[in-house]
Amino acid sequence: MTITFQKNLSADFNPDRVREIAEGLQALDGPLLPILHAINDRLGFVDERALPIIADVLNLTRAEVQGVVSFYHDFRRSPAGRHVVKVCRAEACQSMGAERLITELETAFGIKLGETSKDGRVTLEPVYCLGNCALSPAALIDGKLYGRLDAARAQAQVGK
Amino acid sequence: MTQLIYVPDDAAALSVGADEVAQAISAEIARRGLDAKLIRTGSRGLLWLEPLVEFATSKGRIGYGPVSVAGVPALFDDPAHARSLGLVEEIPYLKSQQRLTFVRCGITDPLSLEDYESLGGLKGLRRALEMTPADIIEQVVESGLRGRGGAGFPTGIKWRTVAATMADQKYIVCNADEGDSGTFADRMLMEGDPFLLIEGMIIAGIAVDATKGFVYIRSEYPHAFAKMNRAIEVANAKGLLGKAVLGSGHRFDLELRLGAGAYICGEETSLLESLEGRRGQVRPKPPLPAIEGLFGKPTVINNVLSLAAVPVILAQGAAFYRDFGMGRSRGTMPVQLAGNVRRGGLIERAFGLTLLEIIEEYGGGTASGRPVRAVQVGGPLGSYWPQRLFDTPFDYETFAEKSGMIGHGGVVVFDDTVDMARQARFALEFCAIESCGKCTPCRIGSTRGAETMDKIIQGDRPMENTALVRDLCEVLRDGSLCALGGLTPMPVLSAMDHFPEDFSRPAKAAAE
Repeated sequence: MTITFQKNLSADFNPDRVREIAEGLQALDGPLLPILHAINDRLGFVDERALPIIADVLNLTRAEVQGVVSFYHDFRRSPAGRHVVKVCRAEACQSMGAERLITELETAFGIKLGETSKDGRVTLEPVYCLGNCALSPAALIDGKLYGRLDAARAQAQVGK
Repeated sequence: MTQLIYVPDDAAALSVGADEVAQAISAEIARRGLDAKLIRTGSRGLLWLEPLVEFATSKGRIGYGPVSVAGVPALFDDPAHARSLGLVEEIPYLKSQQRLTFVRCGITDPLSLEDYESLGGLKGLRRALEMTPADIIEQVVESGLRGRGGAGFPTGIKWRTVAATMADQKYIVCNADEGDSGTFADRMLMEGDPFLLIEGMIIAGIAVDATKGFVYIRSEYPHAFAKMNRAIEVANAKGLLGKAVLGSGHRFDLELRLGAGAYICGEETSLLESLEGRRGQVRPKPPLPAIEGLFGKPTVINNVLSLAAVPVILAQGAAFYRDFGMGRSRGTMPVQLAGNVRRGGLIERAFGLTLLEIIEEYGGGTASGRPVRAVQVGGPLGSYWPQRLFDTPFDYETFAEKSGMIGHGGVVVFDDTVDMARQARFALEFCAIESCGKCTPCRIGSTRGAETMDKIIQGDRPMENTALVRDLCEVLRDGSLCALGGLTPMPVLSAMDHFPEDFSRPAKAAAE
């Protein structure tokens, strides 16, 4: 696996906030994933500059933290769009036309799966199973689950 | 008398508008000034009927579904329930089931411990509190319960190993990283009857002398995570969890952890690595997690459904549970019917149901109305089955004899438009995306396999390239530590064996 780090040095990076989150959760057994989830959720993504701070709080090497961040699909290295469309492309959804749905959404949003539109409006991502396999195809749009989804309904959510 | 109305808040029901329907019902109740109360439940698992709205009557609960927001006023204009589906419990799909694990799911408010107890909950735990740990384990062994996550290892034997290993701290870990496509039973259970899982974990804790448990839930299940979180809060507040379980001398604390989008973390050793805060890379076995598991301590790691089967075994006895099933597959299996199927849902029946019964009698054929061509059983690492094998009964051994596996019980239906070469390619692509990178055949072979499948799809020397993929599958199977690399050959080879015509179509491929 190649590890590529997107430089995303936004001006409003707040090291104190990262430290506060990390210190708030460090007492848990196995605290690294909960800390990364909290940073990802509250700050929108895991900024590269957060890694040495987390490493310091947990007494890990920066490489250990970096290795964990890059292993899991959930941890963002750059901000997502205002809307996040996670569309399922696992087998049950494939059987109900998920690939076609993805192609239609790529065309509608003008981006490829895995990309964020230039205007920052929408991020389109694959997900492998949302547990809604009897009501395929499924997607998670801004945290809300949709079943028997078509492109028009998905677009309507993002248009709002 | 107050009219009770039930609407699920299960994620699948929400995905087709259950919240909007519930709001419309509340508005309608207010508009008409009715004496009625809306209760949010889990799902019955009749998923093609969602949102399924139920009205309590003197004869039982009457169902309507699927209900749209526009259809809500009509529910109240039908006092004799003439347009309903009739009694929900009489719907053949549900009536014919043997629900031991999902017995309460869809019936009550999942967060009401009082409801849980009034419908038979906590009986197993109360029995367990009167027994010795060794007797609890013997009950689980005798029940014949095997791991419902997919591997089918006897649950009681695992517990016995942990119980026999001395340590200052032991753990119960629940594997709720239900990543297989076509499966949703863990999700439905955690959302619809969370106390059952909690009860099962406490019993496991008492049996092996573990005082702490973790539930590792995948991040793709935000609703299940939220529901379990609230159920744990209730259980702590009511003394079910904590330093004195139901006032006994047993301590049991439970913590939830969120996965981070890695399929491999459903593999038990990878899950333990992830819980410890590391990359979810597979650990070699031995040591078994039962001896050196989480944080190096003896650990019971079981699937949601395995742990949720335990309370009924304790409450009703090992023999009661064992009397369901066939051969060495004892008890019931919650089959999840999904994909291109008319009536998808959860079917809990004793082992032994055939694929044909599942697909046709329950499923009613495809959603598209076209003929069924293939079903994939057991998730992305499970085999594709052709029509001529649909008489195979759902049973660990019978499936294994025919080079398949029941896995976690997912059945995904495909109609005759499916291209099996593309499905085989996807299996290899998925392996490449989700490989933890530890074993070379899985890390690199999966990518080379997908590339070779591309050649076959394009009609480039299909004979030679098919032989190459077969050879690669052998290396994957023999040279991988865990099931991801080891079982990816299953969908690939079954597609080739049962649907060879899809792997030799140069003319059609060239035309595309």
